[in-house]
Amino acid sequence: MTDIWTLLTIFTLACFIGYYVVWGVTPALHSPLMSVSNAISGIVILGALITAGTDVMNLPKALGLVAVVLAAINIFGGFAVSHRMLLMFKKKKQAENKNRETK
Amino acid sequence: MSCGFLSFSYLLSAVLLILSIRGLASPETARRGNILGMIGMAIAILVTMYSPMVTEYGWTFLAILTGGIIGTLSAWKVKMTSLPQMVAAFNGLGGLSAVFIAIAEIIAGSQTYLETSLGLLIGAVAFAGSMVAFAKLQGLISAKAIVFPGQQLLNLALAVAVVSVCIVFCLNGSHSLFYILAGLAVLLGLLLVLPIGGADMPVVISILNAYSGWAAVGIGFSLNNTLLIIIGAIVGASGAILSYIMVKAMNRSLTGVMLGGFGVNNSKTRTSGETENKVAKSGSPEDAAFIMENANKVIIVPGYGMAVAQAQHILAEMAKDLHEKFGVDVKYAIHPVAGRMPGHMNVLLAEANVPYEDVFELEDINREFATADVAYVIGANDVTNPLAKTDPSSPIYGMPVLDVEKAKTVFFVKRSLATGYSGVENPLFYADNTIMLYGDAKKVTEQIVAALEKK
Repeated sequence: MTDIWTLLTIFTLACFIGYYVVWGVTPALHSPLMSVSNAISGIVILGALITAGTDVMNLPKALGLVAVVLAAINIFGGFAVSHRMLLMFKKKKQAENKNRETK
Repeated sequence: MSCGFLSFSYLLSAVLLILSIRGLASPETARRGNILGMIGMAIAILVTMYSPMVTEYGWTFLAILTGGIIGTLSAWKVKMTSLPQMVAAFNGLGGLSAVFIAIAEIIAGSQTYLETSLGLLIGAVAFAGSMVAFAKLQGLISAKAIVFPGQQLLNLALAVAVVSVCIVFCLNGSHSLFYILAGLAVLLGLLLVLPIGGADMPVVISILNAYSGWAAVGIGFSLNNTLLIIIGAIVGASGAILSYIMVKAMNRSLTGVMLGGFGVNNSKTRTSGETENKVAKSGSPEDAAFIMENANKVIIVPGYGMAVAQAQHILAEMAKDLHEKFGVDVKYAIHPVAGRMPGHMNVLLAEANVPYEDVFELEDINREFATADVAYVIGANDVTNPLAKTDPSSPIYGMPVLDVEKAKTVFFVKRSLATGYSGVENPLFYADNTIMLYGDAKKVTEQIVAALEKK
């Protein structure tokens, strides 16, 4: 069992990391930022897996399994849509090549 | 498996997930970052599955697979104009996931009442709020602010009820109180987002994004899971910062947005005597084509109307023709709140193959309007309104706007002279150097392209 103060320390420091990392994101990529953070907020899947990972099939396990499905949608959907978006951001040369291809 | 291995893997995963956000500092590193994020997430899931905390694999694997397929398919199919809805829906599912975990924990006999109920509360608000935001963005319910008398009082009463039920639950741990808490939080989430109108959606989506992070933090505390706490905090910070940026870009207060009803009081047409007798000049797409092909520099200002009309592809073609055939310098100017989510316009333009070097943020391009021959405003209105700079009595006063009026000629592609979302009349329509191009954003631009290509 981790001490509550250790957890609070980790939490506070993580807030600072989040603050600085997020301010570093270029405004042009704010949409991908939202979908990536969608994806990584799917980290609650760990909690869901722990609740769902018991041997006995009972109500908590069933709820846990639903939570796993929902969190997995977030993770896969979030990363996939970010990937799709990021592929679209091209430099001048790449955009010109792409234009030629489509013609 | 040793505890050290688990902790080490979680640490590695946390670093990789942080790097996935860090990568978004530039489009060049963003894709690599996204892949690092996927690896980090995969490590976290695999190690948790492998650990003694999980002893059953069939159902859990099936659940991951089901969610994975649904998520990937919807991400692959979604249109970029519908991106905001999808992000709202994902936020909601994340919140709902936290709700189910919290309920399962309590049934299974968890004693961490405070942490678990916080996870439940925030998750439920995020879920309900996101569903309303989704319905509004998808057009299932009116995007207008839905307000009724006594609404704020009701919300306040609900908030007080939620806090008191939460406190009582923490003291006595009665399960029925926990369910009441869940119900109240869902109701609160619904009522909080209903009064918020369409153009405020970028703020709402950002706030809900933050909530889904804070909910993960709550679950992390209740399960003693450091990775959940770290990543939840970062997602929370991300949503909070984005809401701050959006609120600033509209010069509004967070409470103002949350209390809702923007534009409701001003919806009566504000015809100040000055503009009443003035006539707006209108022109044909051919005129616009002629003026633009003879220009040195054209700045395009896209707004949500461009996205609604799906005009981004034809717009990119117009820019390309102007540049390649006539040697015009074409740039794009993006206001932070253009679109229905942060950065929405950038994605739509990128989708239309506009290189990101040609797309500029407000503060980087605003000075250039003075040297531009043409500002081509398509589907935007409030974000160009000079009253925000000059009229302290205007509801949009103080909002940063694009200085399009400084360009030699301003084209407004619009259906009519109607006011924008704020309900404030735009005096620019009547300015001497403004020419209105009436019609659908896509059709007008198509006609301009046709005129350009004839030559």
